[in-house]
Amino acid sequence: MNITLSITTTIYKFLSEYMSEGAANIGTMVTIAFIYLAIFAVAGLYLVLLERKVAAWFQLRIGPNRVGWWGLLQTMADALKLVSKELTGTVKADKFLYNLAPYFVIVSSLMALAVFPFTKEFQAFDINIGIFFLIAISSIGVIGILLGGWASNNKFALIGAMRSGVQTISYELSVGLSLLTMVLITGTLQLSEIIEVQKNGWLIVQGHIPAVIAFMIYMIAGTAETNRAPFDMVEAESELGAGFHTEYSGMKFAYFFLAEFINMFIIAAIATTIFFGGWLSPFGITDAIPWLGAFWFLGKTLLLVFLMMWFRWTFPRLRVDQLLTLEWKYLLPLNLLNIILMALIVWLNLTIQF
Amino acid sequence: MSYFGDIYKGIKTLLTGMSVTGKYFITSRKGAITQQYPDNRDNLKMFDRFRGEVVMPHNENNEHRCTGCQKCELACPNGTIEIIWDRQIDPETGKKKKMIDKHIYHLGMCTMCGLCIEACPTDAIKWAQNFENSVYDRTKLTRVLNKPGSKLMPGVED
Amino acid sequence: MDTTIKNSNLKSEEYFINMGPQHPATHGVLRLLLTIDGEIIKKVEPDLGYIHRSIEKMCERDSYQQIVHLTDRMDYLSSHINNEAVCLTVEKALELEVPERVKVIRTIIGELTRIASHTLWWGVMGMDVGALTTYFYGFRDREMINDIFEETCGARLTMNYNIPGGLMFDIHPNFVKRVKDFIAHFKTKLPEYDTLLSGNVIFQKRTKGVGILTKEDAISFGASGPVGRGSGYSCDVRKHHPYSALDKVKFKEILKTEGDTFARYQVRVEEMWESLSIIEQLIDNIPEGDYKVATNAVIKLPKGEFYQKVETARGELGVYVVSTGTKNPYRVKFRSPGFSNISLLNHITVGGKIGDLVATMATLDIVVPDIDR
Repeated sequence: MNITLSITTTIYKFLSEYMSEGAANIGTMVTIAFIYLAIFAVAGLYLVLLERKVAAWFQLRIGPNRVGWWGLLQTMADALKLVSKELTGTVKADKFLYNLAPYFVIVSSLMALAVFPFTKEFQAFDINIGIFFLIAISSIGVIGILLGGWASNNKFALIGAMRSGVQTISYELSVGLSLLTMVLITGTLQLSEIIEVQKNGWLIVQGHIPAVIAFMIYMIAGTAETNRAPFDMVEAESELGAGFHTEYSGMKFAYFFLAEFINMFIIAAIATTIFFGGWLSPFGITDAIPWLGAFWFLGKTLLLVFLMMWFRWTFPRLRVDQLLTLEWKYLLPLNLLNIILMALIVWLNLTIQF
Repeated sequence: MSYFGDIYKGIKTLLTGMSVTGKYFITSRKGAITQQYPDNRDNLKMFDRFRGEVVMPHNENNEHRCTGCQKCELACPNGTIEIIWDRQIDPETGKKKKMIDKHIYHLGMCTMCGLCIEACPTDAIKWAQNFENSVYDRTKLTRVLNKPGSKLMPGVED
Repeated sequence: MDTTIKNSNLKSEEYFINMGPQHPATHGVLRLLLTIDGEIIKKVEPDLGYIHRSIEKMCERDSYQQIVHLTDRMDYLSSHINNEAVCLTVEKALELEVPERVKVIRTIIGELTRIASHTLWWGVMGMDVGALTTYFYGFRDREMINDIFEETCGARLTMNYNIPGGLMFDIHPNFVKRVKDFIAHFKTKLPEYDTLLSGNVIFQKRTKGVGILTKEDAISFGASGPVGRGSGYSCDVRKHHPYSALDKVKFKEILKTEGDTFARYQVRVEEMWESLSIIEQLIDNIPEGDYKVATNAVIKLPKGEFYQKVETARGELGVYVVSTGTKNPYRVKFRSPGFSNISLLNHITVGGKIGDLVATMATLDIVVPDIDR
């Protein structure tokens, strides 16, 4: 059997030797789903650990260092603890929606992972409307937050959920428009083709000024999309206690928590794919070894994740009306101007190509 | 133009803020202020004036300096110290003299104000620097400071 | 920014929300009954009494030496200054002149306490507006002061270093060196406070024009300390009624006229510089002499009423003692700064958002045991 990096076809070929075509198709999907679920549940846990370590280093602390060497098993232990905890809830909560909410959040964030090309051909689902799919999927998560906050019958949770609705609906625009700016250069929405285009130079270099502006807007809006500080209006622990997940405990809380970190990874991964050439190595230095692409992809993504953590541990939180002012009075008009600028640059062929 | 000026200034202040935390991030290895407490027990030394708990030092002959004058009991704001005393015959002079039977110290009630130690005329009690005072049963917080069978050190008068 | 709601046809309903007694932003066990319309605050009712320990009543039971240690437990962040207030009252009543050395040491430790309190406040202020890292930077500097206290007084927080007539014991031989080390360290760190938080555009947007207190209101509500001075009300007891060695040092009373949250913030940060300069003026020439004057073992105050006020980190603390000539006071009343300052809360936060309430409350610098006693 010839193993290539293209996991979908490999698994499909392997399965089709034993079963009919339709069964093999379904088998492939299920297998891939399990692989991704396993990888990203663990990856999410390690992102939590990374956040705690990074926070500790910013704050002159040491961070978790008790469980396992260098604290590496700390989040595993936390997850085990959360699994074993009682699932509490309020008496008058809307039980069905209350229980449904965490799954909305976690499923939507896991779904988005399917379309990323981690390296050449290592992509579960190469769909021709890739970016569109990502934007669409990432906005489903907010439904979970709204449901969770509303159904848990707690005023603090309700305020948090309403803030989340306001925030996500507003910042969705900026995320979409800044990605649209880059689509003007690539001319395609398919993620694998976007990376092909970047073989002549990463898009942030190709598109120079408008690309940098689009990247900055994207990072700000992306941070807001994931409800992280300085935009963590939803949780805002000094104002709302724990916000929308006040009434959640145990594994249901863990789903919200994990989803936040996977979302952070997704936002960084989109930025890597669109602006920084995805799995492409700088100047093609490791083109000969295809699997090193995964290393470059993860490296760039983690760097952007670190940037978001840096934001979180430095900035104060915005107030809810300032949050909207920032979006509607600053980011959105700038974004629209930026699209025109980018269109001009593409039209006049002013992009930098290597 | 103040619109773009505001954006520029805003981004600039955000970046200066990030440079502060970034500086600490880079030097975090030597800058950590965490004390890893149970691990550093061996070299954790409290200051010599630290108020951990009240103790009554005894010498090698099992003798202490407490004459039972009860000044500490009076000075204590919340009844932490109780002295049970008795008039006994002093073996040296043959006269009746006030002697302590038990010097009881309720650590659970003590606010570490130090007034008893200030009040003591014979320096019979002093601060110990032990700070790990937690026990599983609150009755263990009531301590008898004079050791069993201990006597007053000869020559100590109040 | 205009945070009031305009008249509109949209109907909304007010609702109550219980902020506290266990809430991260209420700094202890303060309970706020909020009436909210969406995010906009219509009414704030502080509900006190969750940590009332009847300290004033306990004072009637205790002797004058014993009262001192109770005041540690009021405003625990400026415990030394509270102790000093009681000692000054007793000394005033007894017409006791304490040695110069005592006065200078009391002032130095008092100013160190003020810096320690303000660094903690700065960290918590940052945390309340969402910048968690400030908390650790503030505590790093505060730890150095606490070490100085621990070495000299034996305790980090509830020091009980003052006694009527002087100090419990002399300063530790390392004291002067440690204080100088701290000054050198803190002078490099205090500018960082500004670059990290004060200059930050988000922080300024969060605090400027929020929770405005006019000078007239400050006076009529009895605001004191940095809350009053942020509104331009010159109320520094250290300046107007100097006690201990404060009449010998030069310092500026920080006054801001804006009266908003940012002004109160600035007053506190600049006060730290002033406190540093006071310590610098005194630390090199602590006069030789006794660290206490002998008093009777049982202090009996003459018959009458005695009042002394001092400036704690939060404002004006008044100690009012009524004596009938016995060894216990007949009545003790503490005029605590926190109690007057919290009464402002409803007045200055109505119309703002929940985030504004939290930011404003942070600059009132609430210590709940000080409010409840």
